[in-house]
Amino acid sequence: MSTNTIVSLPDQSTARIPKDNFITRENGLLSWLLTGDHKRIAILYLISLSFFFFIGGALAGLIRLELLTPQTDLMATDTYNKVFTMHGVIMIFFFLVPSVPATLGNFLIPMMIGAKDLALPKINLLSWYLYIAGGILAIYTMATGGVDTGWTFTTPLSTHYVNTNVLTTGLAAFIAGFSSIFTGLNFIVTIHKMRAPGMTWFRLPLFVWSHYAASILMVLATPVVAIAIVLVALERTLGIGIFDPTKGGDPLLFQHLFWFYSHPAVYIMILPGMGVISEVISNFSRKRVFGYTAVAFSSVAIAVFGFFVWAHHMFIMGISNYAVLVFSLLTMLVAVPSAIKIFNWTFTLYKGSITFETPMLYAFGFLGLFTIGGMTGVFLGTSGTDIHLTETYFIVAHFHFVMVGGMLMAFLSGLHFWWPKITGRMYPEKISQMAAVVTFIGFNLTFFPQFILGTLGMPRRYASYPPEFQVLNVFSTAGATILGVGYLLPVLYLLWSLKYGAIAGNNPWQATGLEWQTQSPPLTENFAVMPIMDHEAYDYEWLEHQTEASKATEVTSAG
Amino acid sequence: MPDSPVMAHKTDASSESADHSHGQHPPYLRHHFESVEQQADATNFAMWLFLLTEIMFFGGLFTAYLIYRNWYYPAFVAGSHQLNVIWGTTNTVVLILSSFTMAMGVWCAETQRRKGLVLCLILTFILGLGFLGIKTIEYSEKIEKHHVPGFHYSLQSFVDPASDPEIFKEYHDKPLRADMARHTEVYFSLYFLMTGMHALHMIIGICILGFMIFRARAGAYTSGHVTFVENFGLYWHFVDIIWIYLFALLYLISRHQ
Repeated sequence: MSTNTIVSLPDQSTARIPKDNFITRENGLLSWLLTGDHKRIAILYLISLSFFFFIGGALAGLIRLELLTPQTDLMATDTYNKVFTMHGVIMIFFFLVPSVPATLGNFLIPMMIGAKDLALPKINLLSWYLYIAGGILAIYTMATGGVDTGWTFTTPLSTHYVNTNVLTTGLAAFIAGFSSIFTGLNFIVTIHKMRAPGMTWFRLPLFVWSHYAASILMVLATPVVAIAIVLVALERTLGIGIFDPTKGGDPLLFQHLFWFYSHPAVYIMILPGMGVISEVISNFSRKRVFGYTAVAFSSVAIAVFGFFVWAHHMFIMGISNYAVLVFSLLTMLVAVPSAIKIFNWTFTLYKGSITFETPMLYAFGFLGLFTIGGMTGVFLGTSGTDIHLTETYFIVAHFHFVMVGGMLMAFLSGLHFWWPKITGRMYPEKISQMAAVVTFIGFNLTFFPQFILGTLGMPRRYASYPPEFQVLNVFSTAGATILGVGYLLPVLYLLWSLKYGAIAGNNPWQATGLEWQTQSPPLTENFAVMPIMDHEAYDYEWLEHQTEASKATEVTSAG
Repeated sequence: MPDSPVMAHKTDASSESADHSHGQHPPYLRHHFESVEQQADATNFAMWLFLLTEIMFFGGLFTAYLIYRNWYYPAFVAGSHQLNVIWGTTNTVVLILSSFTMAMGVWCAETQRRKGLVLCLILTFILGLGFLGIKTIEYSEKIEKHHVPGFHYSLQSFVDPASDPEIFKEYHDKPLRADMARHTEVYFSLYFLMTGMHALHMIIGICILGFMIFRARAGAYTSGHVTFVENFGLYWHFVDIIWIYLFALLYLISRHQ
């Protein structure tokens, strides 16, 4: 494995991190907190996101620990309700939604299209502050008693029956929502208006395409959940009757408004991850992504179809049979563009020169786990099986296969792939390959048993369960422990690499994107001279010519 | 007024900025843009996208309105009879006037007329405040009649319309059955939500206007950099358009009968 690699690092005895880069240009805490630089904001996001990820992860650990035994012994059932609610709220609103877009997307989109910054740097910084404000509010909520409605704020439970902090949690989600709207808006404007000369739409890296699609969803769907949260808050405080059946309101309307955002939200979460996978798979098989145009448009298709499937979350809530039929069919349709992506990535691998560096290992993890997650989604989109499987652990497993197995794998893949660009140093390869494998094993051990538990009928969101389910639950908890180790390892060795990692040079992966044609870490203005895009995306032959040409000039200058 | 001076000025502006691209940049060109045009293009586009999110935000309320109006049409008619169409119409006129002064303000900024811009912004500011003043009068009528949804909501005017002589004289509403009368609370919930959300946007707009008046007096918008005024104009017109829909949907429900 180690002999077969595409990594080419500069001579370590002479190589230095460039003195002038976006990290060293200005110093002091304020230069970070008031920055307009998309790369610095990306790093602010990366630090805060990781913080929330580990809080959400700790809560997940508590859940799995409680479920180790059939009785409720670790915590009271009320506490358990609060723990799984806060796990959902933090992981969804404060990790998954902003994960790849706000960190890697923020860092890379301007660089990939050859711009100096995002179009609206102040709005970008504002979005981080909103994210932090929402996050602090969520932590405050947790510290002062938590909330136990589930992350879905289901009415009338959330409006009439619970006495927990629905208002502050709702406000936290509302504020975080605006952070995500501003990020999406910024991306769309940037991709439309800031492309370098020669960077046509069909020369954009697929990472940019998938972020474009995700941004459309952020901009169009998030305001709807914002108004839904406002309505819940007003119903709770002032007693208006929009969702209150005693006054003629309809709780189903809340479900419609909520899922009109929250279903597209899963595409907000997964699409940027798919962008990462396109880049990584192409690079580590040294081939242009098979069917570039199809993959680009499948992102947009997912965004469009994603708006018309929300009611599949409501099959058992008493919507009409005809609505179930229509939404079931539409749900099947959205599987098509996802499948297009999976098939095209597989064809990219076919006859490629594949190497197995860490980003690629995570990407393989994504391919397998996302496929299982997606296929089980078809079970749930079919109304007959859905009625049997919904509200069981099957749903939990399906969602985590897509989000943790898909999105988190993609996030880690991208983080490793662009780590040398962000920091200028390589992560240690061996241990990170091991971490990728540990994560994969831990993940499967955690969540695969939950599919079986679900089909056997174990309901979700209960602290206790019949003793016959214990064996599978023990597997799941054991897996979660391994998974935890898998997530802790990257934190340790990535921090280690900040000081001791090998100097990466401009382009350690021999990748083709514009972001690799500049120094690492990049200058504050990204490029010394404005780049001109004169080739297609993923054009590895162009790259070879470039390297040969530069070698030739070196030889002549030496001679 | 013929628009030739505007056209003439616009060509001036573009030739000026062409000059800039050679050497020194105008102070308002931010470092990450290549040209003034790119900057203006990008910020205008961002504003349109923001308005799109606003449409989606209000869209949730319009959806709720659509559904409940279909279900509880009699309650919605009876509810809308409680609204004061005269005040509503006045407010519509006030807002459209403010949109006109705002549009004139944008024109003044583009043609670099500082005093005209300040005047237009002040007029817009006053008209905006006027709108909110009238809205306050309307809200206080509702509060007096206990038509604010919540714990003090009263069905009196709907189960016994004759007890409300002013409205009864005008519309001769029949009493609603108790369950349908209950649904007037949904109507008033929507009324307060939609007009309240609209008023909130007005308040935000008026605050920004106040800030802009000071900046405009200092000449900040009349030296060629007009995107801020233009974008605020877009926002103001958008809020205006929302009101026009609200007026038709909330005040004029039964006018076609």
